[in-house]
Amino acid sequence: MKAIATLTRPERGTALLLSIGLAVLGLVMAAVARQGVMATHGMMAVALGLFLSVALAGAMNEPEPPADRLHRYYDAPTRFGIGLTLIWAVIGMGVGVWVAALLYWPEGTPPWPWTSFGRLRPVHTSGVIFGFGGNALIATSFHVLQRTSRARLADSVSPWFILIGFNLFCLWAASGYLMGSTQSKEYAEAEWYADIWLVVVWVTYFVLYIRTLARRNEPHIYVANWYYMAFILVVAMLHIVNNIALPVNLGTAESFPVWAGVQDAMIQWWYGHNAVAFFLTAGFLGMLYYFLPVRSGRPIWSYRLSIISFWGIVFFYIWVGSHHLHYTALPYWVQTLGMTFSVMLLVPSWASAGNAIATLNGAWHKVRDDATLRFMFVAAVFYGLSTFEGSFLAIRPVNSLSHYTDWTVGHVHSGTLGWVAMIVFGAIYTLVPQLSGRETMAWPRAIEWHFWLAVGGTLIYVVSMWNAGITQGLMWRAYDEGGALSYSFIETVEAMAPYYLLRTIGGGMFLTGAILCALNCRATFRDAPALPDTSERPLSPQPAE
Amino acid sequence: MLKLHYNLEKVSMGLVVAIIVAASIGGIVEIAPLFRIDETVQLPEDLRPNTPLELAGREIFIREGCYACHSQMVRSLGDELDRYGPYSLAAESAYDHPMLWGSKRTGPDLARLGEKYSDDWHVAHLIDPRAVVPASIMPAYPWLMRPLDTGLLRDGLATLARLGVPYDEAQIAAAPADALAQSRPDSTEAEGFIERWGEEIALRDFDGDPARLTEMDALVAYLQSLGRLTDAPYRLMAAEEGAQ
Repeated sequence: MKAIATLTRPERGTALLLSIGLAVLGLVMAAVARQGVMATHGMMAVALGLFLSVALAGAMNEPEPPADRLHRYYDAPTRFGIGLTLIWAVIGMGVGVWVAALLYWPEGTPPWPWTSFGRLRPVHTSGVIFGFGGNALIATSFHVLQRTSRARLADSVSPWFILIGFNLFCLWAASGYLMGSTQSKEYAEAEWYADIWLVVVWVTYFVLYIRTLARRNEPHIYVANWYYMAFILVVAMLHIVNNIALPVNLGTAESFPVWAGVQDAMIQWWYGHNAVAFFLTAGFLGMLYYFLPVRSGRPIWSYRLSIISFWGIVFFYIWVGSHHLHYTALPYWVQTLGMTFSVMLLVPSWASAGNAIATLNGAWHKVRDDATLRFMFVAAVFYGLSTFEGSFLAIRPVNSLSHYTDWTVGHVHSGTLGWVAMIVFGAIYTLVPQLSGRETMAWPRAIEWHFWLAVGGTLIYVVSMWNAGITQGLMWRAYDEGGALSYSFIETVEAMAPYYLLRTIGGGMFLTGAILCALNCRATFRDAPALPDTSERPLSPQPAE
Repeated sequence: MLKLHYNLEKVSMGLVVAIIVAASIGGIVEIAPLFRIDETVQLPEDLRPNTPLELAGREIFIREGCYACHSQMVRSLGDELDRYGPYSLAAESAYDHPMLWGSKRTGPDLARLGEKYSDDWHVAHLIDPRAVVPASIMPAYPWLMRPLDTGLLRDGLATLARLGVPYDEAQIAAAPADALAQSRPDSTEAEGFIERWGEEIALRDFDGDPARLTEMDALVAYLQSLGRLTDAPYRLMAAEEGAQ
């Protein structure tokens, strides 16, 4: 356990206490529940707590880290977080490709309940959003926070608590869905105790962020940190309000949300769309604002534009959730507000995308030669494209055609594959060699392969879903001369088959690229010199202002 | 403005407060009034909550993730009225914790599904969709013929009552028994069920196996109740058509 060697003896003691605490918490959960999903989850916590306790106790008397560690950045948690990111990428995208295949080949569903489409689908969404995206955000935020503040993380135990705790949440969520435990709120399916646990982890994350910022040796807080802070704060707000629920009793995972009907729908999509805004956009813009200038060697093009786009995004986004509920039983004026703000949102979104692309001015030769930088460039382009598409789809008459169809799925994936995953891969390929004390990745050519697999896969996916969605939307509303509907529902399902096949192929290409990335990172980490020097931007000895 | 921001970004807690304020306004404006509207919009008098058996079916619907492919929200668009029936009213899901309006129609909308197909059709379709609809891409659910666990129903109804769903104490106390009774029309318990829930509610063996209370009973009972908890949407549509 190389990670334990980076902790001092008192820190190992604290970590041991926390691990024992986790095991006890798990035991209490299992004892109260006695059976069912919650008991299984309790036993998972016991197993994890015991494993960590044994590892820590066994390494208690290992040599301590050198005394000058406080003058260096703390990168071990970032390295661990990137590993988790890649594991979840393979799991989450793998399940995604599998459920995509099931839509083309439904007979392929095995006869067991836990492998059914409806249970696997949230494993895909939570796996990629929280497992892949969340770990990537936490890991890179630790890196960016330290570099832009010229300060070491405020303490050495809480980063581990945050990463391990967050992944326990992801594991509870994913395994719960397989066992049939879900709140059914999209992208917030995890049950009540997992939700409470996530709040504890998130508060720790916020406190670590603020404490580290307080130690900064730079008077200004860099743009990337504004975005990471908006991500942490607003996600907490959304998560708490959307997930308020009454458990049926304290010994079961089952619960009922306190919200019902139209209020529940509004709160769900206020959450749902702002999970897109503050989880899948704000955090990753933080990543973009740091790694794009670092990799291209160019400063951000416009400071003013970053201010305008930041506050535009924070203020406008929160209004747009109701565009998910056009023509429904939600009051008309709320739908109209949602549509209006969705269109206005294009201004700060394109300001961000434009700012990123203009930053590359003078570095286009690098974009041509460096696949890593090209990942970031493509991410900024897809960010611009999918925010345009989003504003367009939010317009009421357009939405009447697109809603409930695969056009929405295509839109989401142009954002998540084209923008979110691309910027993550760009950040990973920048970070991993640096964290390994090397100049380049172990297999530089594989980055090029990954890039083209990712771009090709995304385009195939998105174009096939556009076709699927528009075709089905038009078929649903087609009338014959006699004034009757032209197509039965099942005929519109049959028309989807070729697109579902193509989508599976596109997703498969994207997954292949991600596996290549994971293997490449593994090879790079394995080949790392014993103690990488990562002080490319040294801590300055002066205290913060 | 730029100068103001130049100073703001030196104060971490200042940024924190500004982010929270900026990100709160939209939500407050859009969500808070909905709770007032609910007080002023009257619920239809004939609106009833789900019976224990239907509620158990709803939990199975949620457990299997059916909502990922089936919406329960007919929009006020002409082709949807022709395809599915009257558009959905807010009042219809007033007792739904959570709502299941859905976001994707890989399969058709289910808001008006109740009593559209026979129980036998549903059972055959859930066990093997392609036996009934050859081109269907829905997964099969053969395990639904296992016994229904009614252990949490009493606590479930009590929890919903605490959240404002109008279940009375007798209904809560008899919840597990009533789940069984709703599938056994000839049993002595059926009288108690009618007494507590009324005569209008479907009281029959849903899964074709009268000897056992299965998850299939619950799910089919729930599917047959969709759109049948109030007649308000049908009355409204009839009134609108009459006015034209």
